[in-house]
Amino acid sequence: MPYIQNTENEQREMLRAIGVESIKDLFEPLPASTRLGRDLDIPVGMDEASLRRHMIELAKKNRPLGDGPSFLGAGRTRHYVPVIVDHLAGRSEFVTAYTPYQPEASQGSLQVFFEFQTMIAQITGMEIANSSVYDGASALAEAALMALSLQKVDRIVVSKASHPEDRDTLRTYLRNLDVELVEVPLKEGRTDLDATRKALEVGASALCFQSPNFLGILEDGAALTEIAHEAKALSIVSVHPLSLGVVAPPGDYDADIVVGDGQPLGCPPYLGGPAFGIFATREKFIRRLPGRIVGQTVDGQGRQGYVLTFQTREQHIRRDKATSNICTNNALMALRGAIYLAAMGERGFAAVAESCLVQAHAAARAITQVEGCSLLYDGQPFFCELAVQLPKKAKEVNRHLAKKGIQGGYDLGRFDPALDHAMLLAVTEVTSGDDVDRLVAALREL
Amino acid sequence: MHPDDRLLFEKSRPGMNAIEAPRPELPKGAESLDTASLLPAELRRQSATDLPAVGQLDLVRHYTRLSRKNFAISTTFYPLGSCTMKFNPLINETVVAEPGFADLHPYQNEDDIQGALGLVFELERYLAEISGLPHISLHPAAGAHGELTALMVIREHFRKIGEDDRRTVLIPDSAHGTNPASCTLCGFKTVELKSNEDGLVDIDDLKKKIEAAGPKGIAALMITNPNTLGLFERRIQEIAELIHSAGGKVYMDGANLNALMGISRPGDFGVDIMHFNLHKTFSTPHGTGGPGAGPIGVTDELEPYLPIPRVVKDGERFRFEENRPSSIGRTRAFVGNFGVMVRAYTYIRALGRAGIRRVGENAVLNANYLRVLLGKHMAVAHPRLCMHEFVLTARRLAKEHGVKATDLAKRLLDSGFHPPTIYFPLIVPEALMIEPTETESKSTLDAFAQAFGQIIEEAQKNPEKLHQAPTTTPVQRMDEVRAVKQPVLRWRRG
Repeated sequence: MPYIQNTENEQREMLRAIGVESIKDLFEPLPASTRLGRDLDIPVGMDEASLRRHMIELAKKNRPLGDGPSFLGAGRTRHYVPVIVDHLAGRSEFVTAYTPYQPEASQGSLQVFFEFQTMIAQITGMEIANSSVYDGASALAEAALMALSLQKVDRIVVSKASHPEDRDTLRTYLRNLDVELVEVPLKEGRTDLDATRKALEVGASALCFQSPNFLGILEDGAALTEIAHEAKALSIVSVHPLSLGVVAPPGDYDADIVVGDGQPLGCPPYLGGPAFGIFATREKFIRRLPGRIVGQTVDGQGRQGYVLTFQTREQHIRRDKATSNICTNNALMALRGAIYLAAMGERGFAAVAESCLVQAHAAARAITQVEGCSLLYDGQPFFCELAVQLPKKAKEVNRHLAKKGIQGGYDLGRFDPALDHAMLLAVTEVTSGDDVDRLVAALREL
Repeated sequence: MHPDDRLLFEKSRPGMNAIEAPRPELPKGAESLDTASLLPAELRRQSATDLPAVGQLDLVRHYTRLSRKNFAISTTFYPLGSCTMKFNPLINETVVAEPGFADLHPYQNEDDIQGALGLVFELERYLAEISGLPHISLHPAAGAHGELTALMVIREHFRKIGEDDRRTVLIPDSAHGTNPASCTLCGFKTVELKSNEDGLVDIDDLKKKIEAAGPKGIAALMITNPNTLGLFERRIQEIAELIHSAGGKVYMDGANLNALMGISRPGDFGVDIMHFNLHKTFSTPHGTGGPGAGPIGVTDELEPYLPIPRVVKDGERFRFEENRPSSIGRTRAFVGNFGVMVRAYTYIRALGRAGIRRVGENAVLNANYLRVLLGKHMAVAHPRLCMHEFVLTARRLAKEHGVKATDLAKRLLDSGFHPPTIYFPLIVPEALMIEPTETESKSTLDAFAQAFGQIIEEAQKNPEKLHQAPTTTPVQRMDEVRAVKQPVLRWRRG
C-alpha cells in the first residue's frame, strides 16, 4: 500500500517503543462489543494502472457537455477556462494546505483571498466581500440569515424568479427558525413590482431576487431595491458573476448584499459542485458577515501581510453565538475564480460578457426565425439565457435534439407545469455559430 | 518589499492582459445585429470594474510565488489535530479532470450520466459499510454543513412524530465549535456535558442533564468518537442507551473516523446519525480551506428525512429521486460536491477492504508512537493509549518559563514543520493537539520529535527566542489587533 510508508520492521520498532506487542493491542480501549470482527464488504484494492482504467471506463459512461453543442444552463453555464487556471490552481502548495489559521505559514493563500475579496467587490460594485462560501444557494441562505440578524423581522420575501434550488435551500434553512418565507409571483417573466410592494407591506428583513433571473431575464434591480428600502428591508441580489462585465452591478443601485454562484468564473460544472459562493456587502455590516474574511495588517517588523480577521464572529470562537456555522470557504474554487478574473483582467472580463450577450441575442434571432419558435417573453432584456416557446413539448424537443447529438435546454415544465412547451437555452462565448446553426436546423425538423 | 510580492493591482498596467479575450462568434446571418442596443442604457454597466491588467508571465510568477509562501502537505509534515492532514493521492486529481466527470451538468438526461450516478450510488454503499449506517446522503458541502443537515433531519423526525418540543442537544465540552453553532441554526438549545478526569463523557453528569431536560426534552447528543482528546469513549454503548431511553438520537461528529475504519462502526455502537468529512478521512485535498464534502449517514428510521436529491437504482439504471414528501429539502443546490466524491471513490477503490483497515491501524500506530516520543518532553493530557491523535499541555512551560503553546507553534515553523492545532480542545490549558495520520513515515515522526525536543530545551534556556519566532517565514507575527481596529479588507486605488 503506497499511501502508508512504514515498513514491517519499522512498525515493530514503533510498537516496541510504545510498549505493546501488536497493532491489535493498540485497540485495547475499544470494548470487544464495539469491534467489527470481520472484513469490510468493499471490493479489494486496485493498483494505479487498473484503477485509472476503471475510472476512465466510468467516465466513459457519461456524456460530457463538450461532446457536442450544448444549450443547458439554469444555474451552471459553460465558459472557457484559461489553461493558466488549471496550472496555477493545481499547484500542490495550494491544493494540500489547510485553512490559513497560521498566518506566517499561509501568506500565499491569505494574499490570494485578499485579492479575491477585492475583485469580487470590484465586479459587484460592493464595498467588501468575504473569501467565499459553499455555493450560490447556500450564499443566499446565509444572506437571509444575516438580514434576519440585522433587521430582526421574522419574514423574508423572495421572488419566484429566483432559481428553484436556491428557493428550496432558503426554505430549508428558514424552516427551523420560525421565519415566514413569502414568494412573489412573476409578471411577463420578471418579478411583479406591485406584488412585491404588497408582500413587503407588513415588513420583512429582506427582499431576495435574482438578476438575470431563472428565466434569463434581467430584473429592474433599481426598482426592486427601492421597494425593499421603502419597507426597511434589505435588498439581496443573486447574480451571474460574468453578467457583471456588461450589466450594471448591484452596488450601483444600492443593493445591500450580493450573492451568486462562482462556477462561471473558471470552474468546470462537475455535475453541480464544487464551485464557490460569492458574498459581498456593505462595510458597516462586517460584524454580521458569515464566513472567512482576510484583512491586511503588518508584522512586528512593519512588513505588510495578511491574516484571517474578525474571527470573533466565527463558530470556533463564538460557538452557539456565532453569526453562522459555516467553516470552510471552498477556497480552492475561489482561487480558481481569482486566477480567472486576474487573467481576464478589466478588458477580458468585459469582452467575455459582451460575447455572451451578443451571441445569445444572435442565437435568439436565428431561433425565432424557425416556425413555431418564439421568445417566451419577447422584448424583455436578457444576458446569456433565453426562454423559448416551442411548437412541441420541451421534453419531446429535447429527445429530438439528443438524436442529433445536441444537448438541449432546460425543460421549463420543471419550473412551472404551464411552461411545458418552453425551454431555457444557454448561449455563452463557447457556443459557436455552428452550434447554433445545428440547433436551428434540428428545430426546423420538428 | 520585492516588487514581485506586490498585490496584483499594484502590478496592473492598463492595456495588458494574460489571455486574449474571445471575439463573439455569430451564427449565419447575424452579422447585422446592432450590438449597442442589446441592453437598455439603464441596465448597462457604466462603472469600470478596475480588475487588474497583468501579462501572462507576470501572472504565472505572481501565483507561483504566492504558492511558495504556503506550508502544505506536499512540502512538509502538517500534524494539525482533528484535521487529518493525510497525503492526497495524485491519481485522485488526475481522474477528476476527465471530461466525463468534470464536464457534466446536473440537469443532463440521466441516461447521459449513468457513470456519475453509479459512482455516487456506490460511494454511498461504501460509506454505509464503513459506518454501519445503512443510508447515506452525499449532499452536504462540508463537515459543518453535514452537521447542520443532520440536525435538520433530527428536528424533522421529531416534528413528524409530534415531539417537536424536544429542543435540547447535549454536547461534551471537548466538542468542535461548529457543533453548538449548527444547533443554534436549527432552533435547538445546547447544554454542555462535562468531561471526567479520564477525558471521557462524565456519565453522572450525562444522567443529570438528561433528567434536567425533562421527559420529552432531549433531541440529541452530539458526540465525537474518538473525541478531540484522541480517546475512544469506552462507554459509548451505555451512553447511547441512556440517550435512546430518553427518546433522543445519538449524532456522531465523524471528524475522527480515520481511527476506526475497518475496525469499529458507529452504527454498531449505537449512533443513529453521523457526518463524514471526505476531505479528512477519505483523502480529498483540504485546498487551503475547501471544497470538502460532509456526507451524512442515518438509520432506517431517519432515512425518509434525508435531503434531496437522492440517487436510486431501478434495475440496472440509476436516477435522481426528488419526490420525497418527508425530506428536509435541499441545503444547497444540486447533488453535492461531485468533484470531491470522485476523489473519495477513487481513494476507497485504491485501498480496498484491507487497505482501509490498514489506514485505521497505522493512524493509531503513528499517533501512539509520536505520543511516546513527545511525552518525553512535555506532559500528555491523558497519558495512555490514544487513537488517531493526542493532546499535550504546555501548562508547566507557560508557568515556569513564560513560553506558551503559541510560542512553541511559531518556533516549529522555523524548524520547517507546520505546528499542531493549538488551544483546542478548550478543556486542556495550553493545548497542542497532534494528529500525524497514517501516511507519515517513522523517520518523519522521529525528525519532528527531535525538533520538538530541541525547542523545549530552548524554551527553558532561552525563552526569548521562542517569543520572537518565527523568523524564517515570509512575515513574522502579525498585528491581529490592528487588523480589526483599522480594517483593510480590500485593495483600493490610493
